[in-house]
Order: sequence, then structure tokens, then C-alpha cells
Amino acid sequence: MGEGATALAGGTDLMVEVNFGHTRPENVVALRRVEELAQWEGGRIGAGVTWRRLERDGPRALAQAARTVGSPQIRNAGTLGGNVGTASPAGDGLPFLAAVDASIELASESGRRTLRWDDFFIGVKKTARRPDELISAIQLPEALPDRQEFAKIGVRNAMVIATVYCVVTRAEDGETRVALGSVAPTTIRARRAEELISSVASPGEEDLREFARLVSEEVTPITDHRSTEQYRRHSSGVLARRLLERCLR
Amino acid sequence: MTTKTTTRITPAKGGVGESPLRPDGVPKLKGTFEYAQDLHADQMLWGATTRSPHPHARIVSIDVGPALAIGGVHAVLTADDVPGRATFGLEHPDQPVLASDEVRYWGEPVAIVAAEDEPTARLAAAAVRVEYEVLEPNVDGDEAERRDDTFRRMRIRRGDQEVQGEVVVDGYYEVGMQDQAPLGTEAGLAIPDGNGGVDLYATSQFVHVDQEQVVASLGLRPDQVRAHPTGIGGAFGAREDVNLHIHLCLLALYTGKPVKMVYQRSESFTGHVHRHPARMWYRHHANRDGTLIRVEARVVIDGGAYASTTAAVLANACYFSVGPYRCDSVSVDGVGVRTNNPPCGAMRGFGAVQVCFAHEAQMDKLATELGIHPLELRRMNALTTGDHMPTTGQLIETPLPTREVIDSLEAMPIMDDGPPDDVTQLPGGTGLTTEPGDVKRGVGYALGLKNLGFSEGFDDFAQARVRLTEEGAIVETAAIEVGQGLVSVLAQIARSGLGLSRAVVKHVDTSRIESAGSTSASRQTQVSGGATLEAATKLRQRILDAHGGDDLNDSGVWRGGELVVGIEELAEAGWEETVTFRHPPTYAPDEDGQGVVHADFAVAGHRAVVDVDPDLGLVKVHRVDTSQDVGRALNPESIRGQIEGGIMQGVGLAIMEELVIEGGVIKNPNFTDYLLPTILDAPDVEALLIEEDGSWGPFGAKGVGEPPTISSTAAVAAAIRDATGRPVTRVPVRPQDIAIG
Amino acid sequence: MIVSFKLNGEETTARVTGPLSLLDMLRDEVGLPGSKSACEQGECGSCSIVLDGELVCSCLVLAGDVEGSEVTTVEGVAGADVLHPVQEAMHEAGAVQCGFCTPGFVVAAVDLFESNPSPTTSEIKEALAGNICRCTGYGAIIRAFEQLAGRGT
Ligand SMILES: Cc1cc2nc3c(=O)[nH]c(=O)nc-3n(C[C@H](O)[C@H](O)[C@H](O)COP(=O)(O)OP(=O)(O)OC[C@H]3O[C@@H](n4cnc5c(N)ncnc54)[C@H](O)[C@@H]3O)c2cc1C
Ligand code: FES
Ligand code: FES
Repeated sequence: MGEGATALAGGTDLMVEVNFGHTRPENVVALRRVEELAQWEGGRIGAGVTWRRLERDGPRALAQAARTVGSPQIRNAGTLGGNVGTASPAGDGLPFLAAVDASIELASESGRRTLRWDDFFIGVKKTARRPDELISAIQLPEALPDRQEFAKIGVRNAMVIATVYCVVTRAEDGETRVALGSVAPTTIRARRAEELISSVASPGEEDLREFARLVSEEVTPITDHRSTEQYRRHSSGVLARRLLERCLR
Repeated sequence: MTTKTTTRITPAKGGVGESPLRPDGVPKLKGTFEYAQDLHADQMLWGATTRSPHPHARIVSIDVGPALAIGGVHAVLTADDVPGRATFGLEHPDQPVLASDEVRYWGEPVAIVAAEDEPTARLAAAAVRVEYEVLEPNVDGDEAERRDDTFRRMRIRRGDQEVQGEVVVDGYYEVGMQDQAPLGTEAGLAIPDGNGGVDLYATSQFVHVDQEQVVASLGLRPDQVRAHPTGIGGAFGAREDVNLHIHLCLLALYTGKPVKMVYQRSESFTGHVHRHPARMWYRHHANRDGTLIRVEARVVIDGGAYASTTAAVLANACYFSVGPYRCDSVSVDGVGVRTNNPPCGAMRGFGAVQVCFAHEAQMDKLATELGIHPLELRRMNALTTGDHMPTTGQLIETPLPTREVIDSLEAMPIMDDGPPDDVTQLPGGTGLTTEPGDVKRGVGYALGLKNLGFSEGFDDFAQARVRLTEEGAIVETAAIEVGQGLVSVLAQIARSGLGLSRAVVKHVDTSRIESAGSTSASRQTQVSGGATLEAATKLRQRILDAHGGDDLNDSGVWRGGELVVGIEELAEAGWEETVTFRHPPTYAPDEDGQGVVHADFAVAGHRAVVDVDPDLGLVKVHRVDTSQDVGRALNPESIRGQIEGGIMQGVGLAIMEELVIEGGVIKNPNFTDYLLPTILDAPDVEALLIEEDGSWGPFGAKGVGEPPTISSTAAVAAAIRDATGRPVTRVPVRPQDIAIG
Repeated sequence: MIVSFKLNGEETTARVTGPLSLLDMLRDEVGLPGSKSACEQGECGSCSIVLDGELVCSCLVLAGDVEGSEVTTVEGVAGADVLHPVQEAMHEAGAVQCGFCTPGFVVAAVDLFESNPSPTTSEIKEALAGNICRCTGYGAIIRAFEQLAGRGT
């Protein structure tokens, strides 16, 4: 992709910016019909794979996330690559990618490189992608944890930008991952809570409570017109605990 | 009390009581119905508006040069270019057509442009260089009240002011700013007539008042401006005030070309007035047996920067501050303050919504305190025909079946089936936050009361003309169809008045008929319907008299079982009848707020069943059942549509719809963050219609548009209280209010 | 630039300048105003169309990106003088008030019923969650499609 060019996938983020006059891309690279980007083999999900397909065929927690993205119209058009490209703190796909330590594959004329999610997402809507690079795929690890749960809080039952997103995964050996969105400038992992609970084979009420408390402590949310810092903190803990409990069932 | 003989319904297919298919249904379904947004004229220019980015500032200078320099720009106009009255306003012309010295709210129009296409027009609007000296916005209502920066103060004193009840409950309540959010934004087209006049086709609820305001600000003769009813994508109060109307006409006359303007959604949020946010302090006194003894209330609404209908909304809030309950000692003080917040005005329910949330919370509090079932307390105090309004003291002469509403609501099966197993119907929906085990169910009741038609001595009338043509009967009117089904119901009324099955409604412009008044205050079915019925029945009688007939039907005039004049012949004769209908007079209140202030009333009750996830503060409104006083159901299906739609807006206000204002700036002027309920948020609705003869509307019909919105919000709030034990003193209820408190 | 595409079964060309949305192109350049613009940001569904077999919001499609594509709008779901069963069901159920949301609902529901002729109520709701109606409260819309699905009362 040439410098100064703008990638256009499903357009569900980019066209909003265009319609509102926030951007006026001169040189658009349309990706909607690029077959290669729509390829999905094993853990390598092409950037052009739509939410619609992820909802049907994605790993459990990513499929759960996909079902809540916008509306059918948005899911038919919007892609995982676009979600990664926008890198919103409220991106629905991102907590899953963080939980499983996915990598982002970038392609340019000078070749391909792969960045782990936490090297790729560097701030609010900021990524390590160079202007000449295209996101070609999202690479998931070979083996995914058996238990994975996603949840998203919004005040209506469809089409919401969530105030808190959470993904909890738990592997057979007890290794637990907790990723949260909308509660910090980028998607984050609640590492202390993970550490605490991973070593407990069958967590009891005390452990669960401490786990929730740590999650609430680890997030760094803000107050804005969508919610308050306090609520986001509180509900991060509630949600993480509920998802963990679902994983343990 | 006056009794009114209700006009006989002459049998005719498609008449009142039926629910015929909407005449505008097919074009709307096929996408061929023409809305203001879809209008087009040859050589048409596009208009756009330069708006203030500050809620309060002094305009130091305006430089239109950079905008004019853009290719394709035909005009850039400012306040200096307004030839007539510099201001407009529905009740008081206090709002500048274009701001000249000072801007008083965020998004206030400062300049308008016309250009060859829409993008160029928007570019030019952005290029107008305005230098502002930013001033501190006054956004604090208390401060405004202290400075006496107010639009109106209301004082109501009725009965003995010293009485005390054995039980007293106090409460403070708040309602956030709701937006009508009609799906069609403001749009219109103005076409110069070549002789200095102009034809205006724009979104409106009231074309005659638009026309008057255009005439005033353009300095034209009334006959030079014609406002035409136009296809409109909803209104709910947002289309009562002028917004782009004068601008369009200015640009059209200046450029000599047709000019079209369509507000984008974000602009629409600043381009029309909103529902007033309110703060309310209440004290209810009752005796141990549950008799309501005294109500004291203080109501403060924020009118924002300009008057709009704040004075009338405030009055309504005060008049209906007690609800549909008998009470002989009342004290209400109200004030509508002026601030640099967005201007507020009419929205469905018009002041009654805000106070309903408060008085119903108070009634529930009282019920708890007294250990009486909330419905029982309401029944004991139910206001009904023959009683006096608790606030104004007005004798209620038309039917007011409050008790029937309560009884029928109570009798409706509760269908308490427990939290649904369908995840889309749980709080949080497919967000998967909540499982059935996390849910607490609550049930809440509320009643609401509101006036129908205009009040306080306003000369409320509507003209309609019924003509017999080859197409059948035609009802000519300037009453706006906003989606509610006026085009169906007026035709039905004409059919039942004439005894003919072919009737259609045809909209005509302001030069061809007198005003029908506004499509608001739930009034058109009663007032324009009243005019239509009177015109139809008079016409029928005149035709019968002229031909010595004893019956008129689709074949023609009959006498003694024989056809004497065929319908074609009647059509050729050009029969027509024009009627101006007025409802019973109302009067301005005295200094204590007493008097015959209202023409008619309607009452409705709602029972909400909600599922709440208390730990996350998420709410799903499971169902809302209702019983509503409709006088006579002229079109049951349309009424159901009004009820379901009105309830949805009430639910929206209860749990999600709020314009968030910070320092006078709207933080969420878009559909991403101003949340409207989706189909997955819709509750199931069961509706009972209470019919009773005696209102002055056609065949005894009452207006039905607003009551569904009034008490549904309060019922949902009550149900959330029931589920969570939280006080819920503010709507919309936010997740944090429930989860954290 | 000139865009050529198949619109409601017919080869069509339109001229576009700048980054125009398909919605604006349809309404202003092609002269098909049936698709409505109510939010310009994918939140209301009034502009729903089918693009290469997928239901999408035309306000979020770049006009230039439909070169060689197939587009179906509300004007194309049924012949000039007939109603599609989806339209008929809405008409009969009283699901149209102001009608501004109606074209979007028609297109979305036609798409639903093509892939799933007898959806459950829950499927109907989830499929139409991207279409906002401000007037009806959705009751009549749901009844219309329950009826069409053979589930109505
Ligand atoms: C109504 C509505 C509701 C929404 N709801 C949700 C929601 O619930 N959850 C959520 O997460 N998001 C939501 N979104 C946002 C959006 O739909 C998603 O982020 C979507 O995944 C974006 O994908 P896209 O293909 O449409 O991206 P586009 O808009 O095409 O692109 C987005 C950005 O990424 C860049 N980009 C795209 N593809 C590539 C690539 N291959 N390489 C490099 N850069 C690329 C683009 O240049 C652009 O900057 C919503 C949007 C709308 C309009
Ligand atoms: S205009 Fe496209 S979704 Fe609202
Ligand atoms: S009918 Fe008006 S928005 Fe749906």
C-alpha cells in the first residue's frame, strides 16, 4: 500500500469519519473484494474476515463478541482487520485477541512482519502499523484454551458501544487470562488477578471475591458521557467474576 | 354538568371504528412517498448553516469573504440580511433568525449559505469566519432563578394552605433532557415565485405558524408566502418551532432560486428544541386511611436560551403536578429558567411527563408508608368526572374514567412467567452479561393525566373543507400528518359523517385554507376531526335537503327507497362545505392559578414489568400493559400504534435516552451515544381502551397521542424500585444509579 | 469518476466526485430516494440495501466501491405495481406510521425471510436490531413478521 493511501475494508469505521467530515481520504485502497484477505486457515484469520463469519465459525469467545457487534448490517460489512486497524479502546474483537496473546500480521512491499497484540496496540486508536503496511491477518495461537467466555455491558440490548468488555479464558491446567476493554486507553490484561486465580484448582467464594477485587483494582477507567470511572471499575470485577464462574462450570 | 349528544355514525365502509389500511402505506413501503428530504426542483441550490461552537459568546466580527470566495457559492447571509423582524418564536419572538451580537446556545445559527451542491454548501458554512469573545455560559438553573432570569413563574394555591396530613412524605426528583429524535431530520425546499413571494415545503407540525413567522421576518405580505404541508418523518414536538424555515426563504428570495436544506443528525440535535430537564421537590400529606390531604410541589424546568414554549410547558407541569387524584389543598410553585443550555420546548407529554415521574414516585412512597397497595391508594383518591381539578379547581365535565383505568389495569393478567431463557431478552441481551439467576423482577404502576387541546384561553381552532368530487369525498386540511394516521382518521370521519365510503384527505397550503392549528397536544383527531365531522354532516344534510332525500350513500340521494340523484351528478355539482371548529373555550388562570384552563382531559395507566440485574445495574423492560381513556376508538389499530410507540418513548426516557449536557455543550449529538430503544429493547404491550361517551371530539373521541408517554416512564421507574429497593429519583436511570447508588 | 454497477437488476452508471457514500449517490445522483438518510453513521438502518448479497448500510459504503457490484434497494424488492409479501405483511399489520424507517425495515426483512422463511420471534428481533423505528414501538412490525413467518395469532 502506498504511503498516504487509506485502507477501506467494510467501511463501518472509516465511512463514519468521512460522512462527518473528519477525514477526506484522497487515495483509497478498497479491500472488500480482495480474496486473499478473506482467507481463514486454522488460527490465521484474514483481516477481511467479517463479523458475520466470525459469529458463525469463530472460536467461542470471539463468536460471542461478533454477535454483539453493531447490527446485522454492520456485521455483514465490518471486518476483524478493520477493528484492529481502528484500535478503539472499545473494539469488540480486541479483548479476545489480548486474552489469547494473538499477533497481528502486517504486509508491505518490503515484506511481512508479525507483532504481538501488546506491541501492536500502543494507545487510544494508535497502533504500530506503518503507513505503508496493510494488516494482512490476525494470527491466533495453535491451541486455544477450552474455556472462554465473553461479555459486554451496554445499556440497550443491541447496537451499543460497551462501557466494559471482558474476556476470561481458562485452560485445563488452570491458567486463566482476563482481558478487558473500554476501561483503559488500550485493551488490558488483569495480570495480578490472572496470577492469583491460575494457581487455584477449584476457586472458592474467597478466591472469587479476591479475584473480582483485583480486576477492579487493575483497570484504569475514566468518566465520560457513557459511564463513570466508579461504575466501570465496579462492573469490571463483577463481569470478570461471572465469566470465570462460567469457565469453571 | 353538560351532556353532549354524540353525533350518529352514518354507516359507511371504512368509517370510524374500523382500521382501514393506511392510504399512504403503499408509497411508504415502496420508497416512493415524498418526504421533505426527497424534494427536488430544477436549478436548486443547497443551503447550509454556520453555527456557534460556543454556548455563550459575543460576536466580534463575521467575515463572509472566505465562504463567498468558494466556487459555486451563491449567497452567504447574516443577521444584517434579514429584512423583517430579526427574531422569531412560537410564543414570544425572542430568538434571532441569525445571531448578530451574541450567541446564547451551542449550535445557534450565525450565518446561512447557498451553493450549487450540498458538500460545497457545508464547506462554505464552515468557511465563514466568525470571531467570538467567549463568555462564561450560564448553565446553573438556581443561579438563573436567583437572577430572575426566567421565562415564567407559576403559582398555584388552592384550598386551605394550613392543613397537614397524618402522614407526610417528601421527595426530590430529576428528569434528564430527552430528545424527540424523529427519524427524519429537519428538511425543506423554498421556491421563489418570481413575484417576490415564496413557496415553502418543509418539515412542520403547524404550517400556518411557520408562514406567519416567515412573513414577519422577511417583511412580506401574508399572501406572498405559502407554506405547504410536506411529507415528514416523525415530529413528537420537534417540528413545532421554526428552524430552517425562515433561512430557506431568505436564501431563496436572495438568490432567486429554489433552495433545499437537510439537517444532518448531529445538526438536528441542535436544530430543534428538546424535552425540558426538570428538578422537582414534593411533599404529600395524607391521612392514615389513605385520603390525600395536601400536595406541595416546586417545579423547576430549564428552558435553555430562548422562550420557545417554555411558558406553556411550565404551566402544564404545574397544572398536572398532582396527577389524576382528588386533593383540596394544593400549593405549587414553578419556574422556567433561562440559561445558555440548549433551548427546550414541546415534546410529547408537554410538561406532564416530568411531573408524572415525581407524583407517581410520591404516591408509591405514600402507599409504602401507609401499608396500602399502590393501586388501592390511587383508586381511593381517583379523580373523576364531577370532581374539581386539584390544581386549578376546574370542574371536570367530560368523562374521566380514572377508576375504570385502575380497575381494568389491575384485572389484566400479570403474565408473570419469570425471567426469559432467551438471552436476547435478558438485561444486557447478547452482551451475555446476565443469566436468569442474576435477575430480579419488579412490577410497577403509574397513572398520568393530561389536557387535550390548547389551554389557558388560547383560541384553538381548526378549519377543514369537505368536497364532493369524482374521486369521492375529499377532506382538505392543513393539519399535518406526522405519521400518527391523520390521513386515515379524517377520511374515516368524513365517511361516517357523509355516509359515503370513498373519502381521501388532501393537504392544501396556507393560502387555500385556514389554520388547522398544530399537530400537537393530542388535538388533531378532536379538533380537525371535529371540523371534518361538522363539515361532513352539514354537507350531507344540505344535499339531502336540496333533493328532498332521506338517505345518501355511494349510489346517490335516495327518497322513499328510490334513487333520486346519482352520485356522479352530485360530484359534478361541486358540493362543498367548510367548517371552522372550536372546542369549548378556556381561560387564562387567575393569580392563584385557578380557573377553567383546559378543554378536555385524558387519563391512562401503565403497569411495567422489568427484569433488573442489580449488580450491573442493567434493566430490560419485559412488558408494559396499559389501560387508556380514549373516549371513542375511531381507529383501534392507529391507537394501538400510538400506544406502543408512546410507551417505547417512555421506556427510552426511563432507562436510556438522555442528551448529556456539559457546560452548555451536548456531548452526545449522534445516534451512537443518544440511545434510542431498538427492537430488542421493546417490551410486549397489552392495551385496553376505555371508551365512554361525552367528550366534544368527533363521536366522543379523545386525543390519544400523549398519554402513552406520560406514565410509562414512571411505571418503569416504579418497577425498578420494586426489583432493587433503590430509590430511583432520577430518570433516565443509569446503570451506576442501580449498581452503585 | 464514473461508477458502473447493477442496480435493482439494471446496469447503471453514476458520476461521483469526492468521497461520496452509496446512499448519497443513490439519492442525489441516481435519483432513487427510497433509501433514507437519518444518521449517516450506520446506527439507524434507514439506508439498508443489499450489496453483492449482503445486507448493509448504504451510508457506510463508499460509492466508488460498488463498481461492478450488484445493489438492491427498496425500489427493487418488488415490481412497480405489486407489494413484496414483506411489504404486504407490514401494511396489513399497521407497521407503518411516518414511514421513514420503513424502506430500511423492508429491505432488512426481505433479506431475513430469504435466508430464513420461518424465523422465530427472537430471530426476527435480532435480525432487525439494526433498524430504528421511532414511531411504532416495534409492536406492529414484530406482529407483521410473526404473521409472515406463520407464527402470528
Ligand atoms: C453502527 C455501528 C456499530 C458498531 N458497533 C460496534 C461494536 O459493537 N463493536 C465494535 O467493536 N465495533 C463496532 N463498530 C465499529 C466497526 O464496525 C468495527 O470496528 C469494524 O470491525 C470495523 O471494520 P471495517 O472493516 O468496517 O473497517 P473500516 O471502516 O473499513 O476500517 C477501519 C480502519 O481500519 C483501517 N483498515 C481496515 N482494514 C485494514 C487493513 N487490512 N489494513 C490496514 N488498515 C486497515 C482503515 O483504514 C480504517 O482506519 C460499529 C460501527 C458502527 C457504524
Ligand atoms: S443513515 Fe445509514 S444507518 Fe442511518
Ligand atoms: S414509522 Fe416513523 S420511524 Fe418507523
